[in-house]
Order: sequence, then C-alpha cells, then structure tokens
Amino acid sequence: MTQDVTVPPIAPPPESALRDERRADRLDRIVGTVQRQGALAVLVLVAAIGFAAFPNFRSLANAETILISAAPLALIALGMTFVIITGGIDLSVGSLYVLGGVVAAYASQWGVLAAFLAPLLLCGAFGVVNGVLVAYTRMAPFIVTLAALLGARGLMRALSNEGSETYLVRSEAFRAFGSGEFLGLAYPVWLALALFAGGAVLLGRTRFGASVYAIGGSEDAARLMGVAVRRTQVNVYVLSGLLAGLAGAVNAARLGSGVTVIGVGVELDAIAAVVIGGTLLTGGAGTVAGTIAGVLLLGVIQNLINQVGSVNISWQQVISGAFLAVVVVVQTYLTRLRRIQ
Amino acid sequence: MTDVAVRTPAQRVRAWLPAYGVYVAIVVLLLFNIAFTENFLAWSNLRIQLIQVAPVVIVALGMALVIGTEGIDLSVGSVMALAAAFIPLYLGYGVVAAILVALIAGVAVGAVNGLLVARVGLQPIVATLALLVAGRGLALVVSDSQLREIRNPGLVELGSGSLFGLPYLVWIALALVLTVAFVVRRTVFGRRLLAIGGNRPAAELAGVPVGRVLVTVYVVSGTLAAVAGVLAVARIQASDASAVGVLIELSAITAVVVGGTPLSGGRVRVWGTVAGALLMQLVVATMIKHDLPSSTAEMVQAVIILVAVYAARERRSR
Repeated sequence: MTQDVTVPPIAPPPESALRDERRADRLDRIVGTVQRQGALAVLVLVAAIGFAAFPNFRSLANAETILISAAPLALIALGMTFVIITGGIDLSVGSLYVLGGVVAAYASQWGVLAAFLAPLLLCGAFGVVNGVLVAYTRMAPFIVTLAALLGARGLMRALSNEGSETYLVRSEAFRAFGSGEFLGLAYPVWLALALFAGGAVLLGRTRFGASVYAIGGSEDAARLMGVAVRRTQVNVYVLSGLLAGLAGAVNAARLGSGVTVIGVGVELDAIAAVVIGGTLLTGGAGTVAGTIAGVLLLGVIQNLINQVGSVNISWQQVISGAFLAVVVVVQTYLTRLRRIQ
Repeated sequence: MTDVAVRTPAQRVRAWLPAYGVYVAIVVLLLFNIAFTENFLAWSNLRIQLIQVAPVVIVALGMALVIGTEGIDLSVGSVMALAAAFIPLYLGYGVVAAILVALIAGVAVGAVNGLLVARVGLQPIVATLALLVAGRGLALVVSDSQLREIRNPGLVELGSGSLFGLPYLVWIALALVLTVAFVVRRTVFGRRLLAIGGNRPAAELAGVPVGRVLVTVYVVSGTLAAVAGVLAVARIQASDASAVGVLIELSAITAVVVGGTPLSGGRVRVWGTVAGALLMQLVVATMIKHDLPSSTAEMVQAVIILVAVYAARERRSR
C-alpha cells in the first residue's frame, strides 16, 4: 500500500495556541510557587491572625518562646529534609534525640566539649548503621530506621537505668549554652539558624545537594549519571543522626538534664514539618526553607492554642493532624495539576 | 520471583528462611524456656503471655492486610485510644451500644484513611500519620484527658473471663486470625488485595476495583484496631486515652515484617504475622524471666527485625 502522501506544510502555530501555552506556563509557575511557598504563606497568615487576636502573642518574649522551643525540632527536621529528598525516611530520630540528650547530660561532667561530642559520635554512629544498611543491603529505609528507633531507645534506657535515672548537667558552660542569649536570641536559635543556612547552601549549591536531589528523582538514573548513590545515601542518614543527637544535646543544655521521657513521636513531628514545608515524600523535590516554615508553623499553632486558655490542649493534636492532611491533599492536587499541564 | 527448577542448597535455605525462620526461632526460644525458665510451662504463665499478645495480634492482622496492598497504617494506636475513649461515654446505653460506637469510630477512621489513600492518592504513610496525630488528640478531647474506671460487669467479664480454660480475649484473637486467613486465601477480596499490592496498574487493567478494595482494607484495619481498643479497656478495666495503644503500630509492623510479609506488598502471611507477634512477646518474656532489663529486650528486638528483613530482602536483579 504505497501511496503518495502529501505532507501539509507545517504552519506556524496559530496565535491562540501560543497564548494557551503562555497561560499554561504561567499557571505552572503559579502552582509551583504555591507548592514551594505555601507553608510560608500559611505561616504569615496564621501569625497575622495571632497578632490581631491575641495581645500576648504580639510580645517579643512570646516570639522568643516559639523560636527556642522550635529549635530542637528544627534541627531534626533539617536532617529529615535531606533524607526525605533522597526518597528515604528516618524514623530513628526521635529515639536518637532522647539518647543524645541523656548522653550529653552524662558527658557534661567532662566539660562542654564532651557534652557536644559524645551525642554527636553516638548518634552519628547510628546514622552510619542506618545509611549502610539502606545503601548496601537494599532494605527499606522505613524498616531499617524502625529497628534503629527500637535499638536507640533500648540503649538510652540501658544507659539511664531503665529510664529512671535523670542525669543532671554538670558543666556550667553547657548549661549556659542552653539558657544564654546573644543579641536577644537564645544560642540554640542561633545554632539552628546557622545550620539551616549551611543546610540550604549544602542542598542548593553543592555537588552533594545535587546528588541528593538526583537520587530522589530516580536512583537508577542517578547511578547512570555517575552519582555516588551509596555514599550519598550513607551521608544523608549520618547527617540526620548527627542533627538528632545535636538536638538532644541542645535540649539537655536548655533543661539542665537528660530527660528520658520525651521524644516519643518526635520523628512524626519532624516528618510532618518537612511535608508541610513542601518536600515531597516521594523524593526528588523540597527545600530547607520550606522546612523552616513547616517547623515554625507547627510551633505557632501550638503557641496559639496555648494562648486560647480555655481550649483543651488536646485540640492542638487534632488541629496539627488535620492541618497535615489538608496540606498534603493540596500538595497532591497541585502536583497532579502540574503533571496534567 | 521466578522459581528456578534447580536450586543449590544455599538458595533453598535463602528462599525458605524468611518464610519459616520465625517458626524456627519460636521453637528454639520455647525449648530454651522449657529447659531453663522456672515455671515457664505453668498455665498461669502461658495464659498471661497469650493475653498480652492478643491485642498486638489483632492489630497486626489489619496491618498485614494493609501492608499486603503495599500500604502502611500508622493510625492504629490512635484508633485504639479513640475506641477506648468512647466506651465510658456510651456505657450508659448498654455494653453493646458502647462497643458498637467504639467500632464505628474505628470504621470511620479507617474510611478516612482509605479515602485519602485510594481517592485522593496520598501516600499511606502520610495519610495515616495525619490520623495518628489527630486521632490521639480527638481521643483525648473526647475523654477530656481523664482516666475512667470501668465497672460494667459485661465488659469486665469480657476482659477477664474464660471459656474452656482460654480467656475470651484469646478466643476472639483466634477467631479473627482464622477469619483473616480465610479471607486472604479463599475470597475474591483477598485475591484482589494481593493483586493491588503486587502490581497496582496491572490490577487496575485487570478490572480490580482498586479504590473500593483499598478503602475496605483500611476500614478493616481500623475496625480491628478498635476491637483491640475495646479489649484493652475490658482487660485493664479502665479507659485511658493517653496510654492505650501507644506505639502499638510499631509492634504490629514488627510482627508483620518478622512474620515474613514483605513491605513491598503482594503477599500476606497471616500465620507468620501471628508467629511474629508471639516471637516478640517470647523474647521480652524470656528476658524478663531471666532478670534482663527490658531495654535489652528492645535492642534484641531491633536486631531480630533487621535479621528478618535482611533475610527477606529483594535480590538485586541485575
């Protein structure tokens, strides 16, 4: 069946098609911006409502309270951001956070340096184990870090006489770090700010950050491009472990002791903050700035509920949960909208 | 996944271990306990072990089904708390009414989970995480964060009575295990569930009503968690929304995974799940009887999880 087919000359696309394309482009950009900056927008909105409605919310002291109580979660969520962008998850951070606090308080008898180094070393080691198991044995991150959650909690309780012994911070310098201020902001807040700035540079401007995104986008493609997939994966879990340990140390310094009964569910708060901040759980997309907005949003909501004295404190959980659901539902729809475009 | 006709012994062990290793571990631990633990075989001891493991088994059954569809349900502990919180509120209308309300709470949470996963297309881990947080909060709101003692004779009997020497709790768990095993193996629903977990696009093309099956699976998981919540209230004769079911999602996931059900879906081992729960219970019990602290038990559990998952991990197919 050979037949002469007259190929119509390719006409320049009509004006209307060009316009459609431009409109699609614009929509795509708007949707993308909403997806990335949505948490920030909601944060501003919620803060504005708080400003208008609650006189106590307006005070500088209250802003400081929000920031300092958000600092440990912020550190944990920063590490979680890297892990989630690679398409993984780290459930062990809540346990590592508590373990870090206990170890820091115990080690503070040898000085402030030991109080920081001991939790970093120990929790970093847990991160190494997590990372190696995920990268080299192809076990699911969920289950590897679940085991680490149990292991770290067991170790913490073994070190603290089954959780009944609370070590007091012996180092004055370490305690001062937790309670001291510089330019009106507490040291832990400065630390979190500095690490977030570093994290943003690391993720956005370095080869390591590019590898993190590439692995989350497609592990196989990343490997073919010559990304050191396994090494990057190990590094990401180590980073998460280190930050969780550091968060524990910061908290121990602030409280003046290694409290053993906190930290249950912190990993879930961190995941929630990261997801609210616009990082996709499927990996490959997300920003450090979004995570800050997510952490602060959770903190502001908690603070506002505390301001409304008459409301049962448990509503806070209900609202956080509903909030998380709404955010991810919106995220999912936005992603789908972009894909259709 | 292809079966090769000729296998080396090592390959055979590797194929066999993830599925049946948990039974071997149980037998080894049992023999150890029979030999070295005083009064291990005493009925009172076995009875306590079974009563303690029953709620985990019930929750793990639902979790196994959800994991079979390549999902996860983190909200089960909060569902238990929610069910527990509703019981004292409706006990005035009778035991049956109270239990019904509690179960309806489980169905409702399960339905929300299922709709978020199946219709909205959320990842199961986030959808159920949202309900983990919100559910526990709601339970605390409903119960006004109060611990309430339960004196209703019907519920107390349910929690502490026995039939033919076995506690009701154990009978209920056993009945649910048999039902779920039957559903997975012999029913269309079971086939569809596994088809979705094995390959969702293929299941869709084959005409499986994916959305409906997924919603049902999460509803079943929520309902089973609510049953566990009711039984927990009946057993401890109190409703404490802040304590019931805390971290049970981890125990349930552990039981499922140690029992040989892969997290990647497409396969559910119901009896393996029961064995997984029993193994973890036995580990803790053995440690306690030999004066080892429970923190050691936790670390041992972590190692068991890793070993089980390592044995069952996917081989690199390249």
